[in-house]
Amino acid sequence: MTAVDVQATWWWPYLMIFVAGWLATDIWRWIGVLAAGRLHEESELLTWVRAVATALIASIIARLILFPDGPLGQTPLFLRVSAAVIGFACFKLSRNNLLFGVGAAEAVLIGGWLILM
Amino acid sequence: MGNRNPVHEHQQEDAAPVGWFHWFVAGVRAAFSLPTVILMGGFIGFASLAREADLSLLQVVLMTVFIWALPSIVVLTSALSTGVGLFAAAIAVALSSIRLMPMAMALMPVLRDGHRTPRWQLLAMSHFVAVTAWVFAMRTLPELPRPARVPYLAGFVCLVNTSVALVTAIAYLLVPQLPEIVAGALVMLTPVYFLLSMLSATRQVSDQLAMGFGLVLGPLFHLWAPGGDLLLSGIVGGSMAYGLARLLRRRRV
Repeated sequence: MTAVDVQATWWWPYLMIFVAGWLATDIWRWIGVLAAGRLHEESELLTWVRAVATALIASIIARLILFPDGPLGQTPLFLRVSAAVIGFACFKLSRNNLLFGVGAAEAVLIGGWLILM
Repeated sequence: MGNRNPVHEHQQEDAAPVGWFHWFVAGVRAAFSLPTVILMGGFIGFASLAREADLSLLQVVLMTVFIWALPSIVVLTSALSTGVGLFAAAIAVALSSIRLMPMAMALMPVLRDGHRTPRWQLLAMSHFVAVTAWVFAMRTLPELPRPARVPYLAGFVCLVNTSVALVTAIAYLLVPQLPEIVAGALVMLTPVYFLLSMLSATRQVSDQLAMGFGLVLGPLFHLWAPGGDLLLSGIVGGSMAYGLARLLRRRRV
C-alpha cells in the first residue's frame, strides 16, 4: 500500500489519534512524573521547575489576551486589556472571589463590544 | 500499602479518617464549578473546528478524552485534515505539549503522600495534567491532608473529563452557529480565568515573579520567535524569577 492508500483506510485517523495524539502528549506527562522522582517539594530544582511552568502559563495568558484568534481578535486591544485589568481589580476587591473577577472582566468585554462595534 | 516510612509517620496519620471514597466524592463535587464551565467553552471551539475538518463524532470524543490538552488537539486536527504523515504529526504534537512536562513534574510532590502513593497512581493521574486541572490542583491540594489529595483530584478530573467530553459531543452534533459576541466572550473566559486562578495559586515569591516575567516575556517572544515562544518565555522567565527570588532570600538572611 502506498502512503495515500494507508491514509484512506478507516483505521488511519485512529492510529493518528493514539500515536501522534495520545502517546505524543502523554509521554511528556510521564517524563514529568519520572523526573520528579522522590524530589522534595521545597527542593531547589523543583522550585525552578515550578517557576518555569508558571512563567509558561503566564505567557499563554498574555498571548491569549494580546493576540487572540477568531472573533475576539476583532475587538480593540485596549478593551481586552482593560477587561483583564478590571477583572483583576474586582477579584482583589472581593477577596479573591474567582466568579466575581471573571464576571467583571466578561461584563467589561461584552459591554465594550456592544458599545464599540 | 505497607512500606511505611518512619519519616512520614508523623504526617497526619489520622487526617483522613473518612477514607478514599469520601475524598473522591468531594473532588467530584468540586468539579461543579467555574473551571469546568471554562474548559467547556474551549472545547466547544474545538467541536466546530472538528466539523470543518470532517472528523467523526467518535474521533472527536477520543481526542478529547485521550489527549486532554487543547493545543495538542488543535495541532492534531490540522494534521488530520491536511494529510500529514504519522511521524511528522507526532513531532508537531510532541512539540506543542513539552510544556506539560514541567507542569507534571511540579505537581507530583504536591499530589503524592510521601512514599505511600504508588507510582502507577501518579502516572495515571498525570494524564489529566493540563493548564486548567494543574492550576486547580496547585491552588486547592496544599490545603488538604496528604492522603486525600490523589482521590480528591481523581474525583475532580473524572467529572471534568467526562462532562467536557459530553459537551464537546453535543456541540459537535448541534454545530452551534454562535453569534460572534458569544464566541468572543467564551474565548476570553480562558485567559481571564487562568490569570486570576494562577494569582491565587502562587504562594511563593519565585512563582509570583515568574507570573510577572511570563506575562511580559510571552508577548515579546511571540513577536520575536513565534513557534518557540512559549517554551522560551517559560525557561527564560522562570529562570530569571528563580534567580531573583534566590537573591532576595539571601539578602534577607
